Amino acid sequence: MRDFALFVARRVLYGLLVIVAVSAVLFSILQMMPGDAIELLGGNRVSRARIDAMRVAWGLDKPPAWQYFYWLRNLAGGNMGVSILTSQDVAKMISSRLPYTLGLTLCALLVQYLIAIPIGLIAGVNKDSWFDRASVQATVILRAMPNFWLGILLMLLFSVKLRMFPISGYSGAKSLVLPVLSIALPYIADTMRLTRAEVIETMAERHVTTARAKGLSERLILLRHVLRNSLVPVTVMFFLALPWLIGGSVVVEAVFSWPGMGRLLWRSVAQQDYPVIQGVVFVITTLTVVCNTIGDVVLSLLDPRIKGAVRN
Amino acid sequence: MFVGSLSGYEFDTIDMAGKLKGPSRANLLGTDHYGRDVFTRVLYGARVALKVGFMAVVIEGLIGVTFGLLAGYFGGFIERAILFVTDITWAMPPMILAMAIVTVMGPSVDNVAFSIAIVSWAQFTRIVRAKTMSLRERPFIEAAKSIGESDISIIVRYILPNVAPSVIVLATLAFPTAIMSTTALGFLGLGAQPPTPDWGVMLSEGLSYLDNASWLSVFPGIAIVILVVGFNFLGEGLRELIDPRMKL
Repeated sequence: MRDFALFVARRVLYGLLVIVAVSAVLFSILQMMPGDAIELLGGNRVSRARIDAMRVAWGLDKPPAWQYFYWLRNLAGGNMGVSILTSQDVAKMISSRLPYTLGLTLCALLVQYLIAIPIGLIAGVNKDSWFDRASVQATVILRAMPNFWLGILLMLLFSVKLRMFPISGYSGAKSLVLPVLSIALPYIADTMRLTRAEVIETMAERHVTTARAKGLSERLILLRHVLRNSLVPVTVMFFLALPWLIGGSVVVEAVFSWPGMGRLLWRSVAQQDYPVIQGVVFVITTLTVVCNTIGDVVLSLLDPRIKGAVRN
Repeated sequence: MFVGSLSGYEFDTIDMAGKLKGPSRANLLGTDHYGRDVFTRVLYGARVALKVGFMAVVIEGLIGVTFGLLAGYFGGFIERAILFVTDITWAMPPMILAMAIVTVMGPSVDNVAFSIAIVSWAQFTRIVRAKTMSLRERPFIEAAKSIGESDISIIVRYILPNVAPSVIVLATLAFPTAIMSTTALGFLGLGAQPPTPDWGVMLSEGLSYLDNASWLSVFPGIAIVILVVGFNFLGEGLRELIDPRMKL
């Protein structure tokens, strides 16, 4: 138990270190931006003196390192600065959009698992059957579809032609369906293949043979012995995949004008509103590191044979 | 390349009289909102996609393999430092980091290739490092060391040729991923700029005409799927041929 606590503590500390490093990298990347925000905003219409005054007010006259520590200190207090364009509080902008993005991605993950795990199980149990082959072939195509294009196709079919779902924006649960499907479907491929591979591997293990010898029904063996063991990596994948889904959903949010963080990031990138970009990327990165850490810990809980060596 | 002669049109010939025409014998895949031939643009789009994919994979391969060799061969502090850097890149979802980089560098095809490389080199490092670590313990490396070969020469002459097959497989599989990211960035307006016939740009332009010119939204996507499936098959095939046990 003490070992485990130590392991968790080390993972958490390492995660924090990564977050700080990422924030530094992020900060330096955005420092390299040509020209600064004030010039961008003012253009030629604003006098030199006014620009300089604003620069002082924003702290842009200070050296980058000072700006970074200032930003970090504010961040610790939950203050991410204000948008250059709208003067809104960045933390508020993000927190008002975060639920939309999290809702979208969590639903997508859920749908993905609900479809992929049963298919993976059936395909794995009946290896080399027509069902197995067909589903593996289907994943080849699904995987090659960019999620935003899938979104456009779904929109074309269900919103434009059949008028079953709203085209864009958020107006109740119905608006969730198409964006969730566009994010979930391409990812089904990976989860299904993982489940299938795990099921095939578990089926060959001795405890399954033992269970059969005991005379357990095939169904009980599948549910209790095969599925349960096969789901370990799939569960861990849940945490590792969540941040990737958030990243991948940016484009889908753009397609469906979804009022989430991805679209906020997209708009801010187009307008070079860097306090917002910084804030959004930081939040997403932190989420990623937190999820990865949880994934590692969960894995070592579920499968004591591997001690926290998921990715390297 | 030679795509220009295939369709009889130029990708940027504007014909406002013939705009938004559906697929016909004259325009196999119809025309867009400027009357440009979609078939021609889809063909030229392949050129853009292949160019970006190739550039991205070469850059990420160079960075990733170098780091992987160094980390796997030397171990110790160098390895730890490199692993920490890979952990940092893994902490940022690729699309997000690529968007941040393109913001700084400005939207263009070259910058897209560069930013995709920056977000995806770590997979090369992971595999090459693991391979190098196991090679390092093999007798022929020890033999080379004992006759006084320098580290650099051992890496280049003995280890690199042995990791090369895996790198080729990885590169083939990284290629379609790079193309998918390119089209996504193009769709967001952060990649190739109009009138470049980039598939992502074409899809984003087509979105405004979804209800009366749906072909604009369908064909570039099919082109992406065909190219990506093709390269995935190639990569999987190469992997089975070269190194069936390789884990990705």
